[in-house]
Amino acid sequence: MKKYVCNLCGYVYDPADGDKESGIAPGTPFEDIPAGWTCPLCGASKDDFSAE
Amino acid sequence: MKLVELKKGIYWVGAVDWNIRDFHGYSTWEGTTYNSYLMVGDKITLFDGVKNEYTDTLIARISEIIDPSKIDYLVVNHVEPDHSGAIPQLVEIIKPEKIFCSDMGQKALAGHYHYSEWPYQVVKSGEEVMLGNRKVIFQEARMLHWPDSMLAYLPDEKLLISNDAFGEHLATVERFDDEVDNSRLMGQAAKYYANILWPYSPLVQKIIKTVVDLKWDFDMIAPDHGVIWRKNPGQIISAYAKWSDCQAGNRVLVVYESMWKSTEKMAAQITHGLADAGLDVRQYRLELNHRSDIIADFLEARGLVLGSPTLNNQFMPQMADFLSYLRGLKPGKKIGAAFGSYGWSGEAVRQMNECLENMNFQLADQGLRHQWVPTREVLRSCYELGGRVAQEVKNYRFE
Ligand SMILES: [Fe+2]
Ligand SMILES: [Fe+2]
Ligand SMILES: [Zn+2]
Repeated sequence: MKKYVCNLCGYVYDPADGDKESGIAPGTPFEDIPAGWTCPLCGASKDDFSAE
Repeated sequence: MKLVELKKGIYWVGAVDWNIRDFHGYSTWEGTTYNSYLMVGDKITLFDGVKNEYTDTLIARISEIIDPSKIDYLVVNHVEPDHSGAIPQLVEIIKPEKIFCSDMGQKALAGHYHYSEWPYQVVKSGEEVMLGNRKVIFQEARMLHWPDSMLAYLPDEKLLISNDAFGEHLATVERFDDEVDNSRLMGQAAKYYANILWPYSPLVQKIIKTVVDLKWDFDMIAPDHGVIWRKNPGQIISAYAKWSDCQAGNRVLVVYESMWKSTEKMAAQITHGLADAGLDVRQYRLELNHRSDIIADFLEARGLVLGSPTLNNQFMPQMADFLSYLRGLKPGKKIGAAFGSYGWSGEAVRQMNECLENMNFQLADQGLRHQWVPTREVLRSCYELGGRVAQEVKNYRFE
């Protein structure tokens, strides 16, 4: 599964870790994250991410 | 002190910091100001605070206009402590009805000062709010340069309160752009952009487009550092448009460190070679120049030639400092080359080449390294290297 980087702040979404704080379970591919999810560091929206 | 009224009922109430010389690694050799703006109407609003140690100055300045406890609203456009340091004490004195900030601003304020019970009023991007009889539109400017950053636009006053954007670190008694020497002002504005906003250039482009699309009409920009743009706010906007677009001239910097002057001799010849080819070349020895000043000069340069001897199989630590700082600033569309003298192993040139490539520089040459002290022939090749880099710079075409 691909990692995705926030274009705004550099945060890396790693599917292996998910995003606990927003309730994204480990093992969730980036594509399956709900559209309303935002970067946990800077609040950027999902379309501000690009594949690493 | 004379009151500074920039628009009807809107006053500058900030502080001038003549003494600051280091702003988290940025050399502020001309000091700075922390600008705060008081708006008097049916409701009284304070836009942004100052650095903690200037809270008393801010309160004294407000007191010349109104009793500070009469302030109803605080606006926190940006939570970095040079602006929000005064907020906890202000909240105590003012007991504000509302503290306007962005969603990320609320999180950052809570993370800095740990008060969950403050009367936060989170505003959305583009939200129009009446502060008493005076209208303000908030626009988020995420990562310009923190996640919380916002702009506050007052359409009736044609005023843009821009927070860190469009500011500069410059301490003066003058408050307006037309009162300060323009080249000094633009020099500091470029330095501010290069050291603070450069990595976010694509977002700068985006926000300029947003402001144009929204048809915001303002004739004055009031940033939170330095002077207020009243005579020529277009000047700073076009400068930001240019800088964020990686536009550069025929300038090349030769940036080096040396141990026993061999690399320095090579640097001198490279500089000559570049100069004789007609380029605007500037030579910086790292130890003698602050990284933030070199970066300021590099903003509008196309090329960078790096020189370092090899010290224990590495380039010099001053070069490591510079390259780590430069890398974070994500410079785009640049040309590079490397050189250096060495004693035995000589890895530095290759390592500098790798750093340049990692930063997406276009390498103008495979580089030049020489064992021990350069001979006349080697110095001649350094001169020629300067010429080759100059050629690449001249041939560079914006795609
Ligand atoms: Fe800031
Ligand atoms: Fe600031
Ligand atoms: Zn982010």
